[in-house]
Amino acid sequence: MEAPRIMGYRRENGRVGIRNHVVILPVDDISNAAAEGVGRIIQGTLALPHAYGRLQFGEDLELFFRTMIGFGSNPNVAAAVVIGIEPGWTDRIVQGIAKTGKPVAGFSIERSGDLKTIAEASRKAFEFVQWASELQRQECAMNELYVSVKCGESDTTTGLASCPTVGNVMDRLMALKGTASFGETSELTGGEHVVKAKAATPEVAEQFMKIYNQYNEFILQNKVDDLSESQPTKGNIRGGLTTIEEKAFGNIEKLGKRTKFVGCLKPAEAPAGNGLWFMDTSSAAAEALTLWAASGAVLHLFPTGQGNICGNPIMPVIKLSGNPLTCSTMREHIDLDVSGILTGELTFDQAGDKLLNLMVRTANGRLTANEALGHREFVMTKLYRSA
Amino acid sequence: MRDFLIHNSQDNVGVVARDVKPGETLAGETIDKRDGFRLTARQDIPLGHKIALKDFKVGDTVIKYGEDIGKVVAPIRAGEHVHIHNLKTKRW
Repeated sequence: MEAPRIMGYRRENGRVGIRNHVVILPVDDISNAAAEGVGRIIQGTLALPHAYGRLQFGEDLELFFRTMIGFGSNPNVAAAVVIGIEPGWTDRIVQGIAKTGKPVAGFSIERSGDLKTIAEASRKAFEFVQWASELQRQECAMNELYVSVKCGESDTTTGLASCPTVGNVMDRLMALKGTASFGETSELTGGEHVVKAKAATPEVAEQFMKIYNQYNEFILQNKVDDLSESQPTKGNIRGGLTTIEEKAFGNIEKLGKRTKFVGCLKPAEAPAGNGLWFMDTSSAAAEALTLWAASGAVLHLFPTGQGNICGNPIMPVIKLSGNPLTCSTMREHIDLDVSGILTGELTFDQAGDKLLNLMVRTANGRLTANEALGHREFVMTKLYRSA
Repeated sequence: MRDFLIHNSQDNVGVVARDVKPGETLAGETIDKRDGFRLTARQDIPLGHKIALKDFKVGDTVIKYGEDIGKVVAPIRAGEHVHIHNLKTKRW
């Protein structure tokens, strides 16, 4: 199969995006008001308020910077305005984003106040938005897109239909030398041996097991029961999933039948090349999607059973479901109905064709359900308390 | 129309593809359509929930996807609903 052609935005560093956002990034929680102020004044910008960025330290601070710089650097972002309370960390984020070659500018509030900062940052955002609005889509190839995969509010139909549909597409994308990432470290529990066997080399397998065991140790140290309402969730249980092991085997169907993964990534770390990469992520949807967007993913494939409605501000999220009840009662949240697999009317190859077709249309500009409904969850992973 | 589906021919549970009632005779098959099964439902089982393909005693292992998905904690007869009341994780 030849890589499908898509119309994308080729950025200054050669990477391909499928959206053209001008983001207003607050460095910290107390700069949200100014960032949202700019977002309200300058049309076509996207302010990304969040809860963190103060007094973080060590690995937690590194993850914070990776997430912020990664969001601004994502190929779906044309330009970025960064606003922080003080100039030091603001500039660190500006310099990180500037490495991509895209337009970026920083503003700090101390010694200016919110109103002056909003005025100055709005003038820059105005300039960026007018510039970005004239950028044209160009013909690119599907395998130039970095795609992430994660399921949510799973039920037994996820493992029967929507996850294997993603797996079908995964095998095809990887045969075309595309780039993709999966994660949900804790949610591989019970099936970690199956994932380990999908590592491309013994070194990658060992690295994966080390990361998996660390996460599992963390759960064992902090748990107060058998996690029987957290993992699986109440929604998973309502949909018929009983144990974490059962949930994991459904989840793993997304990896395809033939694909091996080539390496392991820290949370929000960008892949170093093509192929499928494991990323150490939480299994909570908004946190995990934020980490993948920060690592540069431009499109996400999201199988759901009971109907997880999560989105992301800069990365379109394609929802697919094999549950006929969810597809009929939550139609506006589901981009692709693959419930025909349950009834035997749809084969995995046919479902994979439909998903690939929808990926092309989404890449070309069609809004996903999460985009049309305004699901822009931006949730940073915080590793521990601040100093 | 298939009433229930099985991932792998080694599995000892299936997944019902619609809400089923006690006494109904159900037709099931593996997802690759290679093997077919017939079974009588003994309980109400909602769409997407698991049905026992055999009798289980406490301590038995439930197999789905050809893999271990947990331990039986209450006796189960073929055709009964398998869920949190009779199946638990072996991990956490």
